[in-house]
Amino acid sequence: MPFNFKNANVGVRENRLGSITGFSGDLETLAYRSECGSLKNRERCFSQSSSCLSGCALDQLIGIRNVAVVYHAPAGCVAMASGESVKFRQIAERINETTNSVYVCTDLNEKDTVFGAIEALRNTVKYTYDKFHPEAIFVSTSCVSGVIGEDVDGLADELNDEYDIPVIPIHCEGFKSRIWASGFDIADHAVLQGLVKPPVKKNNKIIFKNFFESARPEITKLFALLDAEPQFVYCNSTVEELSHLSEAQASVCICGTLGTYLGNALEETYDVPYVRTINPNGITGFETWFRAIGKTIGKEAEVERYIAEQRAIYIPQIEEIKKELKGLRAVIGMGPGYTYEVTRVLQELGLEVVYGLAWHYDYKYDNGQVPPALEHLLKTSPKDMKLSVADQQNYEVLSVLNHYKPDIYFSRHPGTTVWAIKQGYAALFVADEYMIFGYEGTLRFAKSILDTIRNRSFEKNLAARIQLPYTKWWYEQETEKFLKEEGAR
Amino acid sequence: MAKILDQARYKCALAAMQTVQSIPGAIPILHSGPGCASKLNDNNGTSGKFSANIFPCTSISEKEVVFGGAEKLRTTIQNALRVIDADLFVVLSGCTGEIIGDDIQSVAEDFQDEVKPVVWTKTPGFKGNNYIGHDWILHGIFEQYVSKFADVPKEKGLVNLFAGVPQQDPYWLGNLRELEKLLQSIGLKTNTIFGFGRGVENLQKIPAAEYTILVSPWAGIESAKYLEKAYGTKLLHYPTLPIGATETSKFLRTVGQFTGADKELVESVIRENEAHFFYYLERYADTILESRIVSKRFTVVSEAQYVISVAKFLVNDMGFFPEKLFVVDDTPENFRGEVEKELKSLNYGIQADVEFSTDGHAIHDQIRQMDFAGTPLIIGSNWEKVLARDVKGHFVNISYPMIEKIVINSHVAGYSGALYLLEEIYTAALAMLKI
Repeated sequence: MPFNFKNANVGVRENRLGSITGFSGDLETLAYRSECGSLKNRERCFSQSSSCLSGCALDQLIGIRNVAVVYHAPAGCVAMASGESVKFRQIAERINETTNSVYVCTDLNEKDTVFGAIEALRNTVKYTYDKFHPEAIFVSTSCVSGVIGEDVDGLADELNDEYDIPVIPIHCEGFKSRIWASGFDIADHAVLQGLVKPPVKKNNKIIFKNFFESARPEITKLFALLDAEPQFVYCNSTVEELSHLSEAQASVCICGTLGTYLGNALEETYDVPYVRTINPNGITGFETWFRAIGKTIGKEAEVERYIAEQRAIYIPQIEEIKKELKGLRAVIGMGPGYTYEVTRVLQELGLEVVYGLAWHYDYKYDNGQVPPALEHLLKTSPKDMKLSVADQQNYEVLSVLNHYKPDIYFSRHPGTTVWAIKQGYAALFVADEYMIFGYEGTLRFAKSILDTIRNRSFEKNLAARIQLPYTKWWYEQETEKFLKEEGAR
Repeated sequence: MAKILDQARYKCALAAMQTVQSIPGAIPILHSGPGCASKLNDNNGTSGKFSANIFPCTSISEKEVVFGGAEKLRTTIQNALRVIDADLFVVLSGCTGEIIGDDIQSVAEDFQDEVKPVVWTKTPGFKGNNYIGHDWILHGIFEQYVSKFADVPKEKGLVNLFAGVPQQDPYWLGNLRELEKLLQSIGLKTNTIFGFGRGVENLQKIPAAEYTILVSPWAGIESAKYLEKAYGTKLLHYPTLPIGATETSKFLRTVGQFTGADKELVESVIRENEAHFFYYLERYADTILESRIVSKRFTVVSEAQYVISVAKFLVNDMGFFPEKLFVVDDTPENFRGEVEKELKSLNYGIQADVEFSTDGHAIHDQIRQMDFAGTPLIIGSNWEKVLARDVKGHFVNISYPMIEKIVINSHVAGYSGALYLLEEIYTAALAMLKI
């Protein structure tokens, strides 16, 4: 796929990757129909609120230290400003740094929807430039500024010439995609369009695309074994560091859903090899991933030495806990990357995943291939393992839990864990992207599963005393009741 | 006109979906983008019976932007009625649906004959913030649902009570319960619609009340006035959330006079509460007087409610002096004079300067220049935490956003709420080097 960084347009995943949000069936069907290209989305005639791509895009960009997002939107769109300000301050403090990245909003009102507010936007960008001295300014549209047709691209171009820092337009109209992960691509595109420069001199860095880099110390040590230095993106990175992304010796990511656009674009545009394997979650995942990095940069021997050492320490401990996890039945509901990744790890630990829900499904990545995690899962799972694609449709999740009655439910998105425990099922929130990273993470994860199923007090206490949100009628229906036929709008 | 919103301290009108969420049994149905609710749901305490990811939502996409979304809304309501176990459905519109001109009223009105009530309110984010949206939503529910019970007989001594905006005010529920207790202590019966044990049945009782008491500088005023107009419910608009002895006693006397409560009872309740309050103040006066690094001066950066109430408490009860105060809730122009007036009549002729602003950066610049004649005391939102650290001041987070603190059911209202606020202030102070 050709990447074009001359303007701010990046296709949403529905168009670019054939991604869908509605499917109900089994693993084999999903994989087969992906490969032959016949997979079609199934719309719903009832939906509950889910997520907006703007959150995914802006959360990535505001994590860069000392930048600004000027949000051409009503006040509610910038509601995450305070939380993200705290989060990224704390993350910067972890590496003894500070960040002054800010959101400034134009607080659009009714008059603006009639007369436009491009001059107000210009003033707000100027205010942001003068007050905060950011190293780059991202100017974002919203549903409102998108629908009324504000020429944000034109203004950003003009200001980009006027100021001594990059001013980059981004398009975050929430209605343009049901797949909030499209926001990751929007952020990547903005960085590639406005910050990344062509390579001058190659360096020893490996770009590590992740969310909140909680395993930064461990990965730094790990890469030092290979004489490589990690360049974490985007949180805690700087504009200067990002300008050199094209000079890295390789790039990797913690989640294929998060990393597809940046990794593939850097490979195709600047020959930075993108290591696309299953992710470093669990033992197989970690070893496959680390070996591929070793191979890419010619450090196979070092990788094998490390693997042998770590195996000796951790595998016996993991095997011990596996005895107690064997045969537990699990349901999992996460983003498409993690659903398939964590399912593999759970199988490795001896659990049976009876149902997997993915919030969307990319039937190929930006290199045109089926996601590796799904391909791998085909080899390790029963062909009829039940899978569905539901954009966080909670009523479907609770219906699945009610029908399959698992021992434990695994979640990864804020606000979704509580619903399993309200129905009395143990639940574990796989919050951090490094929660299952490598040997130590896998051991920690196995222990957390064990703790969760050994003390069911919280869910039993709560479930006995609350009312569920859905009617008896709904619990009697098939989970796919509201899925329309394929292709029907 | 668009303006500079730097350090957002309010959200948009649609965020008042949390007002619906706070009425047990009621649920919003959103005609909005798929992610509006999750973005606006950034507070704690929202995983009750209906959380944001249970709210039915039309998840407007490009197709609806081009062809209209009324039909999508219709099927969403239809199926919500089947799937969701709620007592009241409140259809709310977001920005996009309003701009493309979807008529949510006519769609919602097609569900008039359903067993479960369906009402509607337009809450596009560009028309106002969530303080205003809160008022619109209550108005909508009063007009379209409560009106069905207009004929219930009046109940003597029954008071509809409203205070801080649910969820936006982190202490909304604790304060409401405390104000309720205060009213009950002087012989009144209270009717509230928010929080545990209340709900749709309490909505039905609204027309039965003799009085409505709104404790709020401005948020909620239109809906409260509507009750007066529609059901003849006499309204006491009390702009100051009472905190501490002076204000709470004044509040009880005002309410007593307004409702014709037994004067002797009111005075005996006040005597007892004040004695109790000052028992604690006497015991902790040493700590308060001799904390070496608490100066006399403070500022508040908050919604109008807390700017007024905290300033009055600290000045009139505790002998502090206000530096310039900042109201950050975008108080409508016509209420700004009232807010200022409240802050010009403090003890000993003390007058507080007040500025209305949404520019957090400019506010912080001013606070950095302030002369606190000692260690600054800053009462505000999470945004002021780093500022307080920079100016080596004490900091208490009292209002939205509240990110690094959790409030479950604490309150700052009333006599006991004041003691809690002192705990917060002196806990912050004691954590710093005292010598």
